[in-house]
Amino acid sequence: MLEATQLECQRGEKSLFRGVSFRVDAGTCLIVQGANGSGKTSLLRMVCGLSEPTEGEIRWRGTSIRKLAENYRNDLLYCGHAGAVKEDLTALENVRITAALGGQPVEEEVARQALRKLGLKGREDLPARVLSAGQKRRVALSRLLLEKRPLWVLDEPLTALDKAAVTALCAIIDGHLQAGGMAILTSHQDLPLTAGRIDTVRLD
Amino acid sequence: MNQPMTQIASATPSVFSALGSVIRRDILLAARRKSDVLTTLFFFVIVVTLFPLGIGPEMSVLRNIAPGVLWVAALLATMLSLNRLFAADYADGTLEQMAISSVPLGVLVAGKVIAHWLLSGLPLALLAPILGLQFDLAPQQLWVLAIALAIGTPVLSLVGAVGAALTLGVRGGGVLVSLLVLPLYIPVLIFGAGAVEADLTGLGASAHLSLLAAFLAVTAFFGPWATTVALRISLE
Repeated sequence: MLEATQLECQRGEKSLFRGVSFRVDAGTCLIVQGANGSGKTSLLRMVCGLSEPTEGEIRWRGTSIRKLAENYRNDLLYCGHAGAVKEDLTALENVRITAALGGQPVEEEVARQALRKLGLKGREDLPARVLSAGQKRRVALSRLLLEKRPLWVLDEPLTALDKAAVTALCAIIDGHLQAGGMAILTSHQDLPLTAGRIDTVRLD
Repeated sequence: MNQPMTQIASATPSVFSALGSVIRRDILLAARRKSDVLTTLFFFVIVVTLFPLGIGPEMSVLRNIAPGVLWVAALLATMLSLNRLFAADYADGTLEQMAISSVPLGVLVAGKVIAHWLLSGLPLALLAPILGLQFDLAPQQLWVLAIALAIGTPVLSLVGAVGAALTLGVRGGGVLVSLLVLPLYIPVLIFGAGAVEADLTGLGASAHLSLLAAFLAVTAFFGPWATTVALRISLE
């Protein structure tokens, strides 16, 4: 479904990686491995279409993602390093506004439920400024429950999460894979995923 | 091969609700952090007020310099607020999310520019007639001044957004954006201030106001598009 061929990423004079190819089918989770600075985030940003590969091509359902543009982005959910959580807004406002900006607005009650599922009960109306790093990450990840998109791209989703949240997140990803979704993620910790097929790609 | 078929169908994006959400969000954020907006307005009020104090009560001189002073102060006040336009969204990753949203980035950018005008340009246009009293302007000219600012300040927001997008993430972007954008504001300054001057001399302001409206039409069409291209370059 998502296919990348012979990707190369150049930063200035230096080539971060070259000849990276992979394929992600329905129900598959691709884990991108590599040391710090090996270009994992750069690869994920390429997959999202935020930056252009120096060489190679990424195709979604057979068509180049450049050509698909908004049609591809409609199928894509990206959770980056920066969680896009506004300090001055409450957790609930953050969730609802992020969903609306992505083009899939949600009702207040639905958003509250998603936050509760991620263990933020009673914190929905607090400004994100007073939440801990892990709680902010949970606010950012609640999008996974709200938006209907087949391809998830998650950059270090486990950062700052506690054990319970890691389990909850893995259950959410499992459910997504079981429903025929796809996920691409980077992580330095092991993810106890049980559903779907797990592939890995290593960057050196 | 029995691979599971994708059952997850993405919903069609709702463009108008996204536009509304961006405007509401930026106004809500400004309401939570009032000092940002108020600084710009105070700057405008103080700069304009310093001129009559410095020049003294010579009515004819004050009347002549009034349109220029008010417009230059409005340009500088707008410059002050430009840095904030995309910087916060860039820092916390919201801009990335906007760039990969299924709603076209141009729509979201248009929403941000509209919110910027509502928070900086519109208050300037509303304050200007009151400040114009210090320069002994007649009610007729105060009206012309407010209308000229109401038509001209959206142009400042639209053009400024392009500059803010180009200098995003650049060190010293604040100074750079002034160098980049202030020269582009010159036509608006000439016709905006010219409108009040033309009314003072009895020529009538309608020609100047029509030209300002023409600037607005052109920049409203090309501004969001150019800003979108600039943002995509800055994000890469």
